[in-house]
Amino acid sequence: MASALINVPARAKRGDVVEIRTLTSHIMETGFRRTAAGDLVPRDIITSFTCRYNGTEIFRADLFPAIAANPYLSFFTVARESGKFEFEWIGDNGFVSTASASITVE
Amino acid sequence: MMTCPVTRRTAALGIAAASLALLAIARAQGAARVVVIGGGFGGAACARALKRSETTLQVTLVEPNRTFTACPFSNEVIAGLREIEAQQFGYEKIASDGVSVIAQAATAIDPQARRVTLADGSSLSYDRLVLSPGVDFHFDGLPGYDEAASQKMPHAWTAGEQTLLLRRQLEAMEDGGVVAIAVPANPSRCPPAPYERASLIAHYLKANKPRSKVLILDAKDNFTQQKLFEKAWAELYGGMIERVSLSQGGRVTSVDPASNTVITEFGNYTPQVANVIPPQRAGRIAAIAGAADTTGWCPIDPMTFESRLMPSIHVIGDACLGGGIPKSASAASAQGKACANAIVNLIAGRAPETPRLTGVCYNTVAPAYGFSLAGNYQPKGDIFAEVEGGATSPLDAPPERRAREAADAERWFQTITAATFG
Repeated sequence: MASALINVPARAKRGDVVEIRTLTSHIMETGFRRTAAGDLVPRDIITSFTCRYNGTEIFRADLFPAIAANPYLSFFTVARESGKFEFEWIGDNGFVSTASASITVE
Repeated sequence: MMTCPVTRRTAALGIAAASLALLAIARAQGAARVVVIGGGFGGAACARALKRSETTLQVTLVEPNRTFTACPFSNEVIAGLREIEAQQFGYEKIASDGVSVIAQAATAIDPQARRVTLADGSSLSYDRLVLSPGVDFHFDGLPGYDEAASQKMPHAWTAGEQTLLLRRQLEAMEDGGVVAIAVPANPSRCPPAPYERASLIAHYLKANKPRSKVLILDAKDNFTQQKLFEKAWAELYGGMIERVSLSQGGRVTSVDPASNTVITEFGNYTPQVANVIPPQRAGRIAAIAGAADTTGWCPIDPMTFESRLMPSIHVIGDACLGGGIPKSASAASAQGKACANAIVNLIAGRAPETPRLTGVCYNTVAPAYGFSLAGNYQPKGDIFAEVEGGATSPLDAPPERRAREAADAERWFQTITAATFG
């Protein structure tokens, strides 16, 4: 199972608005729950997500404990030029996950 | 797959029928009229229980089909283990109990005048109306899918022609093909049934087309009796069944019938056979009656099954928001009987009793391999909540136990269909 799923259209016309979908597998442990023994389960969440389009940041999101496991984010951008989308998730306990996808703009 | 709740009210119904006081009240009021729309497991059980517990009631069952085709065990028909005729039942015995059975569709309901209009233009007046319309498909929830698409990508989620179409597609498929099953999110009819279906299709493929695969595209991350299913798949079908869960991108967002393509949030699949189970909502007449809310389902008072939106209209079976009770034949049957008891009490001017529903849900994943889940349910606020006393088959059990549960499932089907239609 891939830890991150990305859906970027492979091709688009210049100026088209394209949808980008991402989903990453993560437990998003809130830090508010307790075990049966009464111990607090430590927080373990993704805290930030960024998307860069040919190096330029086009979308960023801060994530919080109220966000459910396996965060799914969908957003839109304008297809300006062929190139690469780079995605990065950063979280607690040094969590880092990256992915990328290419687009051809005609 | 099926659930088999039995109401503990059955005994109470017998006592109620014998109550001279009750008969006296009912007679004094003149014969009360109850119309039941929908002749599936819920409506048929309700109509029969009403008439049997209170013979002076005028009970009418409105159902356009003269033959009922049962969903439980229809996965066996798809897999070639059973013929469709074993699923079919008539309404003659219900009629001979004194229920007036009308083979018409209900087209309109006037809650103020308490009148149901039928397809032929005639109408029926009622004191209490029971809706048991089952599910309707919510095609807007799955772009590309509609009645025409279901002829190419069958849902087989109502038993009958659709069941046989899916079976023919499996029989016609070449060895090495992929059978995709698109599974909607809950609430939907019979939550474990897609996984039972995947199992029995794998059983058919293993024997007949062993290079083929079953691909489950699932809008859910977890499902009922998941560990039991996954263990059975590993034991029986090693690798033939693949499941893509919601968080793996399994939610189907649209379909393209022309190319037989199933589209998810993160990828496209072009299987040889596409069994697309669309999102569901309460059967259409519930919305026409004004009993369905924005969810598409019908909120009820679980004490009486009376609609929260429309007084004197009761909703049972798959169409109601039952809370913890899975939508299934046996739940519908248990609700039908409990609702009948509540209506008898309401007409007699008595307080309704608290329904306690017990259910057993069987799944058959191969011949002689079954498991089950039993649960007890009681009203809690606006819904039914599961209460203690439930049990699920153990994860580790000898083959004899699995074989016994498969036989129990068969016996359950014989019992519920005999009690409802026999």
